[in-house]
Amino acid sequence: MPSRLWGQPVRRWRDRLQPNFWDLVAFPMLFGLLTLIVVGAGGMTKPFDLGAPLTISLDGANLPYYALRTVLRMFIALGVSFLFTLIYAAAAAKSRMAEKILIPILDILQSIPILSFLTITVTGWIALFPGSLLGPECAAIFAIFTSQAWNMTFSLYQSLRTVPLDLQEAARMYHVGPWGRFWRLELPHAMPNLIWNMMMSVSGGWFFVVASEAFSVSGQNIELPGIGSYIATAIDQRNLPAVGYAVVTMFIVILGYDQLLFRPLLSWSNKFKPELEPGLEADRPWFLTMLQKAGLVQGFRLLFAESGRLWNRTVGIAFHRLLKAIGARDGVPMDRARSMPRWVERAYDLLLAAIAVYVTYRLGSVVESQLVLPEVGRVFLLGLATAVRVMVLIAIATCVWVPIGVWIGLRPGLTRRAQPIVQFMAAFPANLFFPVAVVLILKFRANTEVWLSPLMILGTQWYILFNVIAGASSLPRDFQYVARNLGVSRWVWWRRLIIPAIFPAYITGALTAAGGSWNAAIVSEWVQWGPTTLTATGIGAYIKMASNDGDNARLILGTGVLCIYVILLNRLFWRRLYDHAAERMRLDDV
Amino acid sequence: MSEAGTLVEVDHLFKTYPVADRGDRLVLDDLNFRLQPGEIVAVLGKSGSGKSTFLRIIAGLSEPSQGEVRYRGRPVDGPVRGAGMVFQSFALFPWLTVLGNVELGLEALNVPRDERRKRAEAAIDLIGLDGFESAYPKELSGGMRQRVGFARALVINPDVLLLDEPFSALDVLTAETLRGDLVDLWRDRKIPTQSILMVSHNIEESVEMADRILIFSSDPGRIRAEIPVPLPRPRDWNSPGFRHIVDQVYTILTTVPGGAAGKRARGEPGAEGQEFTMRIPNAPTQQLSALIDTLMESRYRGRADLPDLAEYQNLAVDDLFVLLDGMQLLGFAHVGGGDVELTPAGKAFSNAEMDERKRIFANHLLSNVPLAAHIQKVLQERPNHRAPASRFLTELEDHMSEEEANDTLERIINWGRYAELFAYDYDTETFRLEEPESE
Repeated sequence: MPSRLWGQPVRRWRDRLQPNFWDLVAFPMLFGLLTLIVVGAGGMTKPFDLGAPLTISLDGANLPYYALRTVLRMFIALGVSFLFTLIYAAAAAKSRMAEKILIPILDILQSIPILSFLTITVTGWIALFPGSLLGPECAAIFAIFTSQAWNMTFSLYQSLRTVPLDLQEAARMYHVGPWGRFWRLELPHAMPNLIWNMMMSVSGGWFFVVASEAFSVSGQNIELPGIGSYIATAIDQRNLPAVGYAVVTMFIVILGYDQLLFRPLLSWSNKFKPELEPGLEADRPWFLTMLQKAGLVQGFRLLFAESGRLWNRTVGIAFHRLLKAIGARDGVPMDRARSMPRWVERAYDLLLAAIAVYVTYRLGSVVESQLVLPEVGRVFLLGLATAVRVMVLIAIATCVWVPIGVWIGLRPGLTRRAQPIVQFMAAFPANLFFPVAVVLILKFRANTEVWLSPLMILGTQWYILFNVIAGASSLPRDFQYVARNLGVSRWVWWRRLIIPAIFPAYITGALTAAGGSWNAAIVSEWVQWGPTTLTATGIGAYIKMASNDGDNARLILGTGVLCIYVILLNRLFWRRLYDHAAERMRLDDV
Repeated sequence: MSEAGTLVEVDHLFKTYPVADRGDRLVLDDLNFRLQPGEIVAVLGKSGSGKSTFLRIIAGLSEPSQGEVRYRGRPVDGPVRGAGMVFQSFALFPWLTVLGNVELGLEALNVPRDERRKRAEAAIDLIGLDGFESAYPKELSGGMRQRVGFARALVINPDVLLLDEPFSALDVLTAETLRGDLVDLWRDRKIPTQSILMVSHNIEESVEMADRILIFSSDPGRIRAEIPVPLPRPRDWNSPGFRHIVDQVYTILTTVPGGAAGKRARGEPGAEGQEFTMRIPNAPTQQLSALIDTLMESRYRGRADLPDLAEYQNLAVDDLFVLLDGMQLLGFAHVGGGDVELTPAGKAFSNAEMDERKRIFANHLLSNVPLAAHIQKVLQERPNHRAPASRFLTELEDHMSEEEANDTLERIINWGRYAELFAYDYDTETFRLEEPESE
């Protein structure tokens, strides 16, 4: 039941600004937040020169500060991702010519492993901010940005292309201009999916934050203050209790993120959905309630609304003037053909093809000049090894988590309690547990080829679980009744009812898990404990070693091959499965 | 040279849509129309007759391919200022409250905040939703949502209201109430709107509301007839005047026009390439049999007056006429002059048991629908008695758009399966002659 009643009179701003109980909570939180930001930002711009030592103290008392730096990095990256998403997706959705190049680029970018981005661009960032810590910071933030931005952009792009036609017609009929339509129709329509993707990206992003804080540039080690570096130092010094402290700190951070951002944002995004979804109106997050009731926060909202109006009046009008100047007219019929003359399109296509050929040639010659063909062949085989590993792990995770997921999903009470926990576990960066695994492997002298593999799926298996739970919980009750009524056997029940019904959801989860595992391969096929290194055969180890040595040619080769594998697997395997599943298991008729 | 006072003028309007690789399809054919102040005009026709396209061109949401459209004397070149539109699906923004939705048009017109609030609240009051200003659309029923749609249109003080099947998505009672409220507001001059142009596919609704009714024919859309409705308001559905006009409309709608359109609907056997040009109506066998059985009831004894049949079976124009087309095509009934009468074959069909019914149906399908005969022939000729659907789709797409080809094939599959002429495998998308294998 929605928590508001009909017939409430519209409340004036004056009433909402009255201080109340929630202000007691909001006030200190707000000031605490401001202080934290100032402290953290200050730390980011300390002077630094390449080669100067950056010491990370393993004293537990430093952990809160390191946590702050890590969180700050994450959210700066999120802000930049959001801006990027708005601009890139809007351009791709509105212009057919832009779309032709922007979307394929996005596709490729999505398959490049995050850590490759880091290693390739770090020298550039340092050159951009000489003498300051801001250089390496930006490199790390950029790496995190790449783990979030592509998902969000795709989501916004899809949403922008599927705005319901009747809403578009209504907006035009009532003379809402293009600027207004974007902010009041298209973006709100995209909000539920975008917010979900954003939160999923952040959840997945903690893994990369931790992994991208300690890296090496031209043989120099850089460790930015943060939990990731703390762990890296702990590994270096073989300090297992320190790892434990880091895990606890991370737990608190993720809990904070969950309560203060993830849940409230998700709950707020329900406002944009056209219909009430039954069963999803869970308990209102306390943080959201606070934000909506505290007088102080209302004051900010008023400020925000006013500045929004100012924004519309200045930038919005400037935008419309610009449109007029280039001859595009607002209020044009929707079906006016807007395509360029054919020869322009053809020329454009040729240009794109020429650029693609040239880039491939240049990249190829870089790689070729420094490496020989057998090397390329070897890398492909390494890629195959990792691919096999990923598939086997997904299969194992499937066998373990699907039955459990179905069991939970069919029980609504259990689902409500379990989903937040599973989402939490998906957010928790698994690489914090890697040192523990390494210690155990060393202790029992286990085979690294076999026992390093589970690390790849440690963090990503939760995606399978929670998608299966979601799929099972949306199984229509009637189906279960029919099965029970007909007294079907266990095996038939599984084969004919459950598996087909949850198949699309399962594929979504497995696809996400596979993608995450490829990324994780880079930090799990090559691990350290103090002076000891453990490796497994695979392309992840290859890339990691290349980046350690600063060998750019090998890095590009490894990254390229990994991309090819990911793209091929996606296109030929996962997407086909998903399309088949979605088509066959559809209940409604379209 | 526009006439003074006329709100909407349409001259020689043509609209074509490009069909992939096949040139253009004519949707609207030489329409001429005038909307004068002080009248309600209903546009009636089956779905696919282009009436919604017509409305959108007048609204400025769509562009004519040829011809002129003028609103208040000025050519229409984009969404018209001063017209309010109400949509079949309500088209409310889910993230705005009732008040926010109603204020939408006023904001775009840069009305200052306080005046905006006042006018919006007045419109909400007028339409009967006072107290619901802060509700979100998802909290409201269908009828209330459409009231918000009306409030949004009325708050901008439109000269013309353009309604696109506004009551179709509502249940009968709510639709009735809302219709009555709207006409009352208009008659009592509580709203400054001078005229209303309404698209509908409900005959009784059009006769109840309109001063004149334009009847559209489909494929391509043309104004087939114009019927004045000089009855005083409020109108009683059961009054003789009302029933007379309803009958008139049915008669016009069931008179098969001479010439190409009619021939194509009936399909002359033996004509070249008929297999792939005949349009199959969306008349599933379940509903066809049910309607035939209804006609054999003692009430009708094989012959029925269409308005009566529509009311008895609670069928809208679209549903009824599509079934009638199907029955006529298969040779089970004859439609004309506002009546439908079963042929001897139709009566035999109704009297038969299930197996015999299928046999009769199969015979008629083969003799009247060349596509079915073609499919059967192809299947018989092939050694393994199988053929992919894509083969027939390609043949169909030479003569119609991709979407129409898909629809045609789907409907022929429905008929063919019932007649047990052939079987169709959804997964592999193939037709075949033998019994389906069990998994």
